[in-house]
Amino acid sequence: MRKLLSGNEAIAEGALAAGCSFFAGYPITPSSEIMHYMARELPKRGGVFIQAEDELAAVNIVIGASLAGAKAMTATSGPGFSLMQEGIGYAVMVEAPIVVVDVMRVGPATGQATKPAQGDIMQARWGRHGDQYIVSLAPSTPQEAFELTIEAFNIAEELRVPVILLIDEFIAHGREVVVPPKLVTKYRRTVMEGGEEPFNSMNPRIAPPLPELGSGKYLLITGSTHDGWGYRDVHNFETHFNLVKRLRDKIMLNLDRLFMYEAYGNEDPDVLFISYGSTARSVKEAVNELRSRGVKAKLIRLKTLWPIDLELIKRLGGDPKVVIVPEQNLGQLIMDVERIYNPFEYRVIGCNKVGGGIPIYSNELVEEALKVLGSGGKASN
Amino acid sequence: MEARHPTRDYVREEVLPTTFCPGCYNGIVMNAMALAFKELGIYDLRSYVFVSGIGCASWIPNPYLKADSIHTLHGRAIPVATGIKLAKPSLNVIVIAGDGDLASIGGNHLIHAARRNMDILVIMVNNLVYAMTRGQQSPTTPQGFITITTPYGNFEKPFDISRIIVETNANYVARWCIVNFPQLKESIKEALAKYNRGFRFIEIWAPCITYVVRYEGKTAGGALKEMSKKCVPLSDYEKLPMEKRDGCIAVGVFKKELKPSFIDLYKSYVEKAVGGVNGI
Repeated sequence: MRKLLSGNEAIAEGALAAGCSFFAGYPITPSSEIMHYMARELPKRGGVFIQAEDELAAVNIVIGASLAGAKAMTATSGPGFSLMQEGIGYAVMVEAPIVVVDVMRVGPATGQATKPAQGDIMQARWGRHGDQYIVSLAPSTPQEAFELTIEAFNIAEELRVPVILLIDEFIAHGREVVVPPKLVTKYRRTVMEGGEEPFNSMNPRIAPPLPELGSGKYLLITGSTHDGWGYRDVHNFETHFNLVKRLRDKIMLNLDRLFMYEAYGNEDPDVLFISYGSTARSVKEAVNELRSRGVKAKLIRLKTLWPIDLELIKRLGGDPKVVIVPEQNLGQLIMDVERIYNPFEYRVIGCNKVGGGIPIYSNELVEEALKVLGSGGKASN
Repeated sequence: MEARHPTRDYVREEVLPTTFCPGCYNGIVMNAMALAFKELGIYDLRSYVFVSGIGCASWIPNPYLKADSIHTLHGRAIPVATGIKLAKPSLNVIVIAGDGDLASIGGNHLIHAARRNMDILVIMVNNLVYAMTRGQQSPTTPQGFITITTPYGNFEKPFDISRIIVETNANYVARWCIVNFPQLKESIKEALAKYNRGFRFIEIWAPCITYVVRYEGKTAGGALKEMSKKCVPLSDYEKLPMEKRDGCIAVGVFKKELKPSFIDLYKSYVEKAVGGVNGI
């Protein structure tokens, strides 16, 4: 059935389709509609909705619910996302599957509360102290918001990891047609049956089964460094090193499954765009325009913002004269892109605009591309 | 037959001895809890989940108690406990943490869980300082008291946490000193059995043996003797003239009610939602 949904509503519907039965949140623009939707729907469906006293509580309530077996989610924006960081770090350490939506707005601090931005992508990746790895996804349309929310729950459950869904206010509040898929794949965590260690896995690609509370296993769960059985060990090198390495490997060794993207345009482009979220939609238009003018152009749109398969991007991008990374921030994803293109061979430029709710327009991108191509493109010139 | 300490049935023997300082009152708290369970006929803790924060008291359940236990971030035991209870109401959820954890960094969560009458039992071991981090002033440190962060004497007025919780929607509030062992044990039993719904709060006055008792130049036994003089039953305390109340600790059950809890109210809310609210 076709529906006209905003990105926020699509995320809420996607979550319900994925089997989310628990939501805790705290009011904040521009993410509140997700909470409003859940407040209306969850009680009717036998789920739990609670409005927390702050974002610290919201994320920790969700972690508690997840440990008790629920598929749980919270949603927030910039300042609230900052407050949730400690909880997300805890979820990484105790391997609690949770989904956190961050509807990105202009920051830092209160910034421009009602205006879109893409400034939280590095915070989503690195916002916590210590070595920790999460998964972050960035949909580009309400349709994709619906689909990637389901994917976020599946990844969280499968890998016992927090998954962060990053959208910006353009998609959050923009309404478009969404066609929910007829068949939704719902992954459910494996529950510990026998005597497996709940915090260790022989296969580093696979998360250990999550034990159920109240099943008589006498579980120890702690955010301190712990061994496979959950016993705290705050002294030994091996325990800590093996733990953080496993927590990293469980994400990075699944790169092929986690890294999702869309490639659009010419196979071997002169102009390569790398973008994500709402910005990638302007880029698509720019690619069309450039191609209509006879310029070979391509967009690699990242649906997964972390982990990123840089080698694959390099391969897909061919041998471009210029690489343009448009973002609604002062340049964040470009730091990764610059790592894969030798600065003596390639020209990598950002196209950045943030604040005031003004998008990056396709004609700006076309002009930029033509300007650089006109000047010869490659950095060696 | 080998004599066996009652607490041993409820602890993980493999992690003993505890890392608590010699003379620490946390052991007495554990004993009171173990005896309460035993006398209630609860022989294993499989339906209980213990949630703690960061600090000395938070180590009581994790790793020492033989039960599911979750050692959370500093101050966040109550939200995690809330999530567990709401997601799986069949579990009995008990929070054990200290004054720094519950009343300072987690203070907001404490008063809001109390306001909601959330179905959890919170045991606050009030040792009057941040003991794990070397005895800094906490929100319950008495005035005039010397700590490492108040080297010239604490000039801030402390909280009376139990009285704050009494003013909320909580169902059960009690405070006991560590010397009131039988009353404390009965209180835990009451909060687990007869008053087993809504927000239940038990404050245990148990000054840190290392950073309070020793700092004051007292022995563990001497401090207990002095404490037993200082604890005044609530009814007597209220009769004391104001000038004599200073330095006394009012102990007893401040409040016991069986008002509908958060879960009770959420259930009726759900019925309303299924019936449709305002045509939605």
